[in-house]
Amino acid sequence: MTQKLDTLQETASQTAGPFVHIGMVPTYAGLGGIYEEEIGTSTFSDGAKGDVIEITGTIIDGAGFVMRDGMFEAWQADANGIYPGQDGVDPNVSGWARVCADPESGEWTLRTIKPGSSVNRDGKEQAPHIAIWVVARGINIGLQTRIYFDDEDNSGDPVLSRIEHKHRIDTLLAKKTEDGKYRFDIRLQGEGETVFFDM
Amino acid sequence: MSNRQPAETTPLIPRNRDVHPVAYDPNYKTSVTRSPNFPLLAMESTVTEETGPVFNQNKLGPLDNNLIMNWTQGKAPAVGERILMHGRVLDESGRPVPNTLIEIWQANAGGRYRHIKDTYFAPLDPNFGGCGRTVTDENGHYQFLTIRPGAYPWPNRANDWRPMHIHVSLFGSGFGQRLITQMYFQGDPLIDLCPILSTVKDRAQVDRLVAPLDLASSKPLDFLAYRFDIVMRGRRQTMFENKPEGM
Repeated sequence: MTQKLDTLQETASQTAGPFVHIGMVPTYAGLGGIYEEEIGTSTFSDGAKGDVIEITGTIIDGAGFVMRDGMFEAWQADANGIYPGQDGVDPNVSGWARVCADPESGEWTLRTIKPGSSVNRDGKEQAPHIAIWVVARGINIGLQTRIYFDDEDNSGDPVLSRIEHKHRIDTLLAKKTEDGKYRFDIRLQGEGETVFFDM
Repeated sequence: MSNRQPAETTPLIPRNRDVHPVAYDPNYKTSVTRSPNFPLLAMESTVTEETGPVFNQNKLGPLDNNLIMNWTQGKAPAVGERILMHGRVLDESGRPVPNTLIEIWQANAGGRYRHIKDTYFAPLDPNFGGCGRTVTDENGHYQFLTIRPGAYPWPNRANDWRPMHIHVSLFGSGFGQRLITQMYFQGDPLIDLCPILSTVKDRAQVDRLVAPLDLASSKPLDFLAYRFDIVMRGRRQTMFENKPEGM
């Protein structure tokens, strides 16, 4: 026998289900007005420094079907790579938004400020990226991934450099389609499967 | 940007995936095409996961945690068995998680959601919306007043029914702590038949999703109470963190 550790286990995750919108984006679900102010509607407000960009994409399941019910949360630093909660952050950047697929087409758009590179505890610099947490019916625990940008220098990024199958890094790169616009599709399973993290 | 200092954040404890549901479970059919084939790429949390959204509590309205009254802005109560859902949010080290946002959503007393995709013929309750939100107090306590949701059938296997449940979303202080779970009710015979609940393979973890009746917190002639404590992913806090690279 040994001493007993007094650490606790995390509560088990459960799927967000098909009606997640009621709780997280009530206006989208048809419950507009239940709250005076809904949260997560934008990562930034007027006056935020940096370039406004638009990222468009879909979430695709293992059958190749574009999901109409998928949603994700985005979390990112400001244009200088400072996260909300850290000293010196742009007061007009909340860094966090909820993004839903269009119920008809399945396409989503994230309009945001292009984040700067950020610095980790160990002083290593991360290339500009947006953290993504995908939840939906059929996803039992939220899937973590990241959007990087194909017009940035990603060569020194400590996370991307850990990906052994180099060709899969491409699944994390938003492709510039025109000035200020990018394309990023999330593939949950199968060919071109997006890299998901446990971090 | 080399003039910037290393982040003064605290690392997250790596997630113990054994206490969570499996991603792929053929009994929960939708998970079959929505579960990655490749293993997750595991690594230590970065500043990205160690920081998280900060909410202004002034955005919360006085009825936001009262689902019996919030849809009608206090004009008329929802139909159903009145309950208090309450509990504490702790981290893996047993510390309270204060000032953290909790959101819930649920079906009405007949098992029907107020959502365009819910086609179950149980009627909507004109006095019930189905969502609420609150923040934990300094000791990690939270409470909601709501009605007990009904069980309902869903298209999966030929005759699957969801046990009575309330969806719960939590933030913590870092984006890597983000968690969505479901609370179930003591004594519901559908619990052991539910293919979604049984994606959690550790029976003790399943039991921890079932809230017991908490008669001591109920209010006579008004509402029953169910207690649901939640544990969130914690942070490692030793004096040997934040060492410069290479040491």
